[in-house]
Amino acid sequence: MQHRKYPFIVGFLIVPLVLYITFVIWPYLQTFGYSLTNWTGESQNFKFIGLDNYTALFHDSVFRTALWHNILLLIFLPVITILLALFFAFMVNVGGRSTAGGVQGVRGAGIYKVVYFFPQVLSVAILIVLFGAVYRSDSAGLLNGILVKLHLEDANNPIEWLNDPNLVLWCLLAIQVWAGVGFYLVLFSAAMQSIPKDIYEAALLDGAGRGQTFFKVTLPLLWDSVQTSWVYISIFAMDFFALVSGLTPGTGYGGGPDHHSEVMATYLMRNFLSFGKSGYACAQGVIIMLVTLIVSAVTLRVSRRDRIEF
Amino acid sequence: MGSEMNRRDLVKRSAALGLVAIPSAGLLSACASSGGDDSSSDKPTKSASAASKDNPFGVNDSAPLDIMVFDGGYGHDYATALGKLYETKHSGSKASVAWTQDITGKLQPRFNGGTPPDVIDDSGAQQIKLDVLQKSDQLSDLTALLDAPYIDDPTKKIRDVLQPGTIEVGNIGGKFVTLQYIYTVWGLWYSGKLFKEHGWTEPKTWKDFISLSGEIKKAGIAPFAHQGKYPYYINVAIMDLIAKNGGLDLAKRIDTFDPTAWDDPAVKNGIEAIYEIVDKGYLLPGTNGLTHIESQTKWNQYKAAFIPCGSWLENEQMKATPADFDMKFMPMPSLDGDKLPFDAIRAGAGEPFIVPKKAKNPAGGMEFLRMMLTKEASGKFASAANSLTVLKDGVGSDVQLRPGTASTVTALSAAGSNTFNYNYPNTNSEFDVALQNLSAELMAKRLTPAQWITKAKALAVKAKKA
Repeated sequence: MQHRKYPFIVGFLIVPLVLYITFVIWPYLQTFGYSLTNWTGESQNFKFIGLDNYTALFHDSVFRTALWHNILLLIFLPVITILLALFFAFMVNVGGRSTAGGVQGVRGAGIYKVVYFFPQVLSVAILIVLFGAVYRSDSAGLLNGILVKLHLEDANNPIEWLNDPNLVLWCLLAIQVWAGVGFYLVLFSAAMQSIPKDIYEAALLDGAGRGQTFFKVTLPLLWDSVQTSWVYISIFAMDFFALVSGLTPGTGYGGGPDHHSEVMATYLMRNFLSFGKSGYACAQGVIIMLVTLIVSAVTLRVSRRDRIEF
Repeated sequence: MGSEMNRRDLVKRSAALGLVAIPSAGLLSACASSGGDDSSSDKPTKSASAASKDNPFGVNDSAPLDIMVFDGGYGHDYATALGKLYETKHSGSKASVAWTQDITGKLQPRFNGGTPPDVIDDSGAQQIKLDVLQKSDQLSDLTALLDAPYIDDPTKKIRDVLQPGTIEVGNIGGKFVTLQYIYTVWGLWYSGKLFKEHGWTEPKTWKDFISLSGEIKKAGIAPFAHQGKYPYYINVAIMDLIAKNGGLDLAKRIDTFDPTAWDDPAVKNGIEAIYEIVDKGYLLPGTNGLTHIESQTKWNQYKAAFIPCGSWLENEQMKATPADFDMKFMPMPSLDGDKLPFDAIRAGAGEPFIVPKKAKNPAGGMEFLRMMLTKEASGKFASAANSLTVLKDGVGSDVQLRPGTASTVTALSAAGSNTFNYNYPNTNSEFDVALQNLSAELMAKRLTPAQWITKAKALAVKAKKA
């Protein structure tokens, strides 16, 4: 049957491959093609201008700011989300006081698991409406309202959360963490449950505390999940379009105040649709793709470790 | 590490690759134009009918008309009604009206593919920028429309019955390419009821405005609100003060991105006047971060006395406005040494209607626009959408208007020929957005007036070069 193997495999792969080439690879190539032109986005009349868009991009301070914001998100979003998710997953699954020698989560673990997952079922559009009300810049906002009631701030001088250059990016980061932790908690919980209980029991018998159990047993055995999560969250950090364009001030996809929450995706859209610089926007798209690829490759390589079989 | 390992690694890596690819693919595939060819022989079917006085564009009665309107605050019923009228006038024709809120999403592929509709109301947040369309050579020259006879009085030409400024605003890149149908005025708005209750009167000068603001604040009301999340609005107020102080010449120099325009003392006077509001604490707390609806609603609730806006405000706030609110419009108050009188207002045609160059039935498209410019169509539009049209005296005395719209009619007749408008937002959206950002920073007290001027000048230098 050996000679029949390849047609068989090809038969399975041909449809997804054609779809992938048509809807992923071909647009990528087209984007790269357009990035070498001065296309305005509204007609087929454009000139080939070589790498001019890329040189311009290199000198564009707004794009550099946007890139820097994506890098900040790239550093903080995965770290905070994964640490919180790991902590909660550990507490929910193995963090409880073991009274009768067994390994279990804290009391009410089942409820916590469900509750933490709630934010995950909300779509981004709902998150935007919800957090628009939370961060609202006058005392009708949830945060400002509470602070005013507690006499921690003056109602005549409220904190303009999303209009404050020092706060805006962190406010958005908090939303994404809030929305994401639940999902990774469930992911890590599932991975933890596949770890044999006897390993934990052995650790307990050897007198390991919660901290030691976590770092010496749980984390190494969860490494695969953590690694995948890291890549996945990093890709989120490279995007961030919806939250920025929906919540932050500024005409045409937000990004304000004065570019302090600008990310590459919002700047790309503004150039593509508002400024008539679609060729330039395509060059940005190519850069975003390259950066995302590099980040994923680096993450997978740096975090590679020997697998522990169990 | 056995072969089992490798296979798992492979699966994991391809999964990761897929994750990389999928989200960005959505973003990037938007770039791909539909591959339509501009140079193809897809020429508009030139109508065979000869032009006559009744049919100045030589509309071919058998040619279908394809209309796409923005379905915003003004709705689409007016277009459907006009479409029916077009069909009766040109018997045998079929006028299909489509509407959307996503003009770019619906029409960008059609422009690229060379099959755009015959008339477009290119408006809303997702409008296709006119400067971009013009640079891409996608717009028909509508000069023929201006020279065509006015339907209500065929002895006049269309160009003679339009509000001042309509032709200028429709001129992009030296050609009249868009009929901006709605006539909008910009200025400050207040509640007649609130002012009557407290015995306040409309301040004519900036000095009066500031001293009245002090009184208003003492009464426990914030003197001034603005739609801070979208700095467009406060930027209009700033630029209006500058135009009134420096005169029409200065406005023109700003429009042509003459960097020295920003050294004019009028720029300093205007921006310092606005900054006085910030500096004296006359802003509604938190207004810098509020959306237009949030801030305007607080104004409707008497939490703030003045708000800058265009004349669409009344229609937009219809539901939030108390019945006895008595909405009033006023021009921006005068600064010392203003070149233009108090009554001068920013007024201009907005809501751009265009006929694409590659339309199949451009004659029908222009005829449709001509039919929009009648007393009947204009009056219906005014009472239904609470907005005036660019047809001069287009609202008969029989048309009932709400208080805000009625006060704009009064202001407009008081202004007479003293109206002005900037054209830079139409010719350079990038400059406009950047200037708005500066104004937002000023309102948040993160820029001083002097810094605002320096940065604005730098923007003009950059825009001039482009």
